[in-house]
Amino acid sequence: MGEPLVYVYAVGDAALMVPELTGVDGAAVRIVVEGPLAAAVGAVDADRFGEDALQQSVEDLRWLEGTARAHDSVVAALAAENPVAPLRMATIYRDEDGVRALLRERAAAFEAALDRIRGKVEWGVKAYAVASPAPVAEPAPDAARPGTSYLLRRRAQRVHAENGRADAVAAAQRMHERLAGLAVASRVYPPQDPRLSGRREEMVLNAAYLVEAGDDAVRRTVAEAAQDLVRFELTGPWAAYSFATLEGDA
Amino acid sequence: MNAPARQDDIALVDLLDRLLAGGVVITGDITISLADVELVTVSLRALISAVATLEEPHADPS
Repeated sequence: MGEPLVYVYAVGDAALMVPELTGVDGAAVRIVVEGPLAAAVGAVDADRFGEDALQQSVEDLRWLEGTARAHDSVVAALAAENPVAPLRMATIYRDEDGVRALLRERAAAFEAALDRIRGKVEWGVKAYAVASPAPVAEPAPDAARPGTSYLLRRRAQRVHAENGRADAVAAAQRMHERLAGLAVASRVYPPQDPRLSGRREEMVLNAAYLVEAGDDAVRRTVAEAAQDLVRFELTGPWAAYSFATLEGDA
Repeated sequence: MNAPARQDDIALVDLLDRLLAGGVVITGDITISLADVELVTVSLRALISAVATLEEPHADPS
């Protein structure tokens, strides 16, 4: 076993309040302060969290889920008390000096990021296409030409399904534009893989919206939305994961 | 419409959207990080096959 490594959860102001928490690898969360900034960190075992070990571990679903949930529970607890910029999962430094150097070298960018997300939360909105009922006006079967009427019927079904999908995509897009107008910022993620989500319906929107913590408009708009073409689902409030970016980064 | 998810019942897939594609990405040689895109792709491929295995133990191996 080597020296423990330093796992970084999030960066906040120097006055960062850290709740008593156990995080990734079962370690307590503590803070590293440098100038006007602080990082919430925890010790992780060098054998389990070194570069080679991580390459292996990430292939293990249970490890990935455990680490993701531990990371998020720390970030959520921090975000409940302070403005914080979460770091990408599994950002690990060799020692505290590395963390201090980060806070020093990127101070301006972190402060700008913190100012953007200060007092705000993130809501997630997903939309699934609702399977539409069978076509109302099918071409009548033609007894004299059964092959042709079969093809016409198939074509009508296909056109109907395509129209239903296009309607769902359009409804989701209208909702996205409305929510983006209500939010301080928005970000669209690729649709989730149905094998990961376990959902059979097609996902037609997967987006995040940054809003003032007390602003209920996004949540209410989704809650009151018509659900005939698309089914909307709301998640959150989240820490501002989707909006914690540093200016000047690629 | 579902009620907002509580900490305990956040879907892993929603979490991974944010933890693997969101958050501040630090690059530099003093950092060990999963942030680089190729590694994330690898991890998601592994994850997808793991989830598929967990959820469909009786699926046809076709």
